[in-house]
Amino acid sequence: MTNFLQNHRTAVIALGVLLVAFMMSAYVVPEEEQAVIIRTGEPVGVVNTPGGVTDAGLYLRIPFIDSVRRIEKRLLDLEMNDEEVLSADQQRLLVNAYARFRITDPVRMVERAGTTEGVRNALEPILNSVLRQELGRRTFQSMLTAERGSALANVRANLDRQARQYGAEVVDVKIMRTDLPEAPLQSAFRRMESDREREARTIRAGGSRDARIIRAEADAEAARIYADAFGKDAEFYDFYRAMQSYDATFSNGENPSESSIILSPDNEYLRQFRGRR
Amino acid sequence: MTGKKNPWGGDSGKGGDGDKPTGAQDGDKPKGPRNPWLPPGGNDGRRAPNIEDIFKSRGPEGPRRSGGGGPGGPNFRFPQRPGGKSWFPIAVIAVIGIGVLATSVHLVGPQQQGVVKTLGNYTRPLEPGLNFTAPFPIETVDIEDVEGVRSVRIPGNNNQAKLILTGDQNLVDLSYIVRWNIKNLEGFKFRVVDPVETVNEAAEAAMRASVAETELDETFSGQGRAAIEQDVRERMQATLDSYGAGIRVLGVEIEKADPPAQVVDAFRDVQVAEQNADAARNQARGYAQQVLAQAEGEAEAFDKVYEQYRLAPQVTRQRLYYETMERVLSQTDKTIVETGNVTPYLPLPEIRRRAQQPTTTVTAPEGQ
Repeated sequence: MTNFLQNHRTAVIALGVLLVAFMMSAYVVPEEEQAVIIRTGEPVGVVNTPGGVTDAGLYLRIPFIDSVRRIEKRLLDLEMNDEEVLSADQQRLLVNAYARFRITDPVRMVERAGTTEGVRNALEPILNSVLRQELGRRTFQSMLTAERGSALANVRANLDRQARQYGAEVVDVKIMRTDLPEAPLQSAFRRMESDREREARTIRAGGSRDARIIRAEADAEAARIYADAFGKDAEFYDFYRAMQSYDATFSNGENPSESSIILSPDNEYLRQFRGRR
Repeated sequence: MTGKKNPWGGDSGKGGDGDKPTGAQDGDKPKGPRNPWLPPGGNDGRRAPNIEDIFKSRGPEGPRRSGGGGPGGPNFRFPQRPGGKSWFPIAVIAVIGIGVLATSVHLVGPQQQGVVKTLGNYTRPLEPGLNFTAPFPIETVDIEDVEGVRSVRIPGNNNQAKLILTGDQNLVDLSYIVRWNIKNLEGFKFRVVDPVETVNEAAEAAMRASVAETELDETFSGQGRAAIEQDVRERMQATLDSYGAGIRVLGVEIEKADPPAQVVDAFRDVQVAEQNADAARNQARGYAQQVLAQAEGEAEAFDKVYEQYRLAPQVTRQRLYYETMERVLSQTDKTIVETGNVTPYLPLPEIRRRAQQPTTTVTAPEGQ
């Protein structure tokens, strides 16, 4: 080895220098990234921008003079913390939203914000305030319903306008969560509870109402059946029913001598008993 | 030329010493032919120089070494292979070869797909099967399972209640599972920073939006749930497509939709009330059937008797009268009081007493 090095010292050194020079001047921009070439502080070129002419791949730069700033090309995520938003009807709501954006103008982004993190920091308060404004114009109810869609379209448009200044494009804004803050949450629980209590009470009342109606209908029907049957001969029914009634009242099968009857000899029953004719 | 400490290349002068590390050779000496590189019958003195000679004349480093080497040169050498050549180039080639092979031959499974990046630039997809690419670092390959269904449960495993506001401003404790796979690997890899997180967020946004348009009771009913599931799936797919995320949402399943724990008792009470109401209705129905049956029975009985009565009114009437009186009076205490000036003595206490002993009571009054 040493012999080889000594024999071809110049070649080896030249090769080494070339290699180092290549390493220093070549750079690879992967598919996921875009790059800005900064020559002594001045952006001079871009690689692999969305909609740009260059593509990802291997590129050369002038060592020491050109520096390469790599910037994410994929869709980035801007998440908002829970924010208390006051609706138009003075109700409080905890809102948590996210925006998706991508860097479309890396040169402007590098100039105005420096890094994607810088863009995030710049956009976050804007997202907050735009969202707050937009939702503040709506009632609590409409925040929950489909109208939310149009609110978010406005938010997106507003945020996008601001983001363009930082070389970014806002693709989407979505409300992730809408929650009630603690105090309204408790009152919502109370309301739900009382709602259910009312419902339970209504159901119970409905049940007993139905039961009463069913009984009354049955009684009425029974009365009709009785009347139909007995109405055929009211006089006989009186007699027949009286007989049944005596039976039920006096000849109590279970303890027969509960009742004592004192009969007058004039009694109709004893008519024959006396032997009178 | 002669490395004194060289453990492999034996020194001609001190063959015995030089061979010590490879002591087996001493033992092999008598069985010379077993060493394939030794000419048969070679002795100790002859063998070492012979190897050196071969090395000197044929080895790729031979001329260099004879020129620049000499005493004081580096002593390390790779083990020699048969024929005296160095293993070094072989090892280098092998390592490179393995590297090339490992990074240029790709076996893509049936449910996988890959993307090829040529110097960082996406050039082509890899379909299932055996694929060849240029070796690293010229081409790099990412292989992902595209068909396999991934599922994410929201909220995660922390099991904490996640309350979602419904359209009627109630809260529902909802958990659901999103199943998805990769529709388009290129989009999945190159369009969105964190596709998995994106799926979660899109799911959450879609679910909240969808529930916010639904009434509380609907979220509990099977039909309402199915509608929500469908709606969320469509919303998520639209969102993810707008990101070009290359994700296909296969399904959203609501695992549980419950009232919040704080008000669950009230909800249970509603169920209890429903059952109570049903019970009350059932009891009433039972009563109704009983009453009607009784009425029908009595009416029927009267009809039957009345039929007979109409055939012979007077006789039937008398018969019924006497039969009833018989039944009644045979089972009661009877006292017959003559009219006139006799003051009747009513032995009421006695009757009462006798009432305690039923066996005697029946006959006694009849004797009177």
